Amino acid sequence: MSPSLTFRTGVRDVLPTVFGYIGVGLAFGIVAHTSHLSLLVVAGLSFVVYAGSAQFIITSMLLLHDPLSAIFISTFLVNSRMILMSTSLAQYFKHESLTRNLLIGTLVTDETFALAMNKQNKTNGKLSFAWQSAANVIAYLVWGLSTVVGAILGGLIADPTRFGFDFALTAMFIGLVYLQLISDKHLGMTLQLSVMAFVALAYYFLIGVMSQNFALLVATVAGCLFGMELKKCR
Amino acid sequence: MSISLTELWVILGCGAITVLSRVLPFAFVKSLNMPAWLISFLSFVPITIMTALCCESLFVAHAGHLATLNIANCLAAIPATLAGVLTKSLLMVVVVGIMAMAVLRYFSIG
Repeated sequence: MSPSLTFRTGVRDVLPTVFGYIGVGLAFGIVAHTSHLSLLVVAGLSFVVYAGSAQFIITSMLLLHDPLSAIFISTFLVNSRMILMSTSLAQYFKHESLTRNLLIGTLVTDETFALAMNKQNKTNGKLSFAWQSAANVIAYLVWGLSTVVGAILGGLIADPTRFGFDFALTAMFIGLVYLQLISDKHLGMTLQLSVMAFVALAYYFLIGVMSQNFALLVATVAGCLFGMELKKCR
Repeated sequence: MSISLTELWVILGCGAITVLSRVLPFAFVKSLNMPAWLISFLSFVPITIMTALCCESLFVAHAGHLATLNIANCLAAIPATLAGVLTKSLLMVVVVGIMAMAVLRYFSIG
C-alpha cells in the first residue's frame, strides 16, 4: 500500500478486499434465493440496506415471518458497531465539507473502515475524500452485483462453500488485523497484542451468555476501555 | 420479480436505520470538538473491532455453554496468517486463505 491518496490508488487498494465481497455476496444471493426472496428484494437489500451480516439476519427473519419491529431492532443492534466505526473514521475528514462527510458516511463498511485505518498508518494519519470514495463505491458496487449474481446462480450451484470462497471474508479480516498490528506505530505492538488477547478472551466468554452480535459490541467496547487503562499505566 | 409490502417496509426501514448509524456520527464529529478521552477510546476501535470480527468466525457459540473452536476456519487461518507475515500483502492472505479452505473441504477436514 503506497502513501498516495488519489482516486486511482483507492481503486488499487480496495481490490484485495473485493474477493471477500464476491465470496460472501454470492453466498448471500444463494441463501436469499433458497429463502424465496425475489431478485428485486435481493437487490433492494444490497443496494438500499447495504449491511453484510445484517442482510443474512433480515433474510432469515423474513422467512420466519418475524414482526417488522423485531427486524428493525436486530438490524440496529447488528449495525450499532457502525456508530463506533463512523465516529473513528470521521475524525480524518473533519476538514472536508459536511456534504462530503455525509457522502463518505453513507457507504462505510467494516471492510472499508479497516482498509482506511491501515491506509492512514502509511500516510501519517491522513485520508482523502477521493481515496475513501473510490474504496467505498467499488465495495458497494461489487457487493450489490455479487449478491444479484448469487441469487441468479442460486438454482445452479449446489454448494459454493466447496471452493473455499466463504473463507475469503475471514481471511481478509485476519490480513487487515495483522497489517494493523504491525503498522500502528502510535499504539505499538505490545499494547495492541494485549488488547487483542483481552478482546478474544472477552468475546469467547460473552458468546456463551449473549447473542454473537451483542458479544461483538460488548467485547469491542470493553477492549477499548481496557486499552485506555493499560496505556495510562505504562 | 415480486416484492411484498412487508419486504418493501423492511428494505426502507432497515435502510434508514443503517444509513443513520453510519452518517450521524460524521455529522456530530464535524460539528463538535471531541474530548481527549473519547479520542483515546476511539484509537482502540480499529484493533478491537477487527479482532472481534476475526473471533466471530474462529469461535462457535453454544448458548449457556463455553464456545468451541471452528476447526476448519482455525486451520485455514494458520496458512493465511503465515502468508500475511511473509508477504505483508492483503491479497496474498485472502488467496492463500481461500486455497487452504478449498483443500480442507476437498479432504473433508474440520
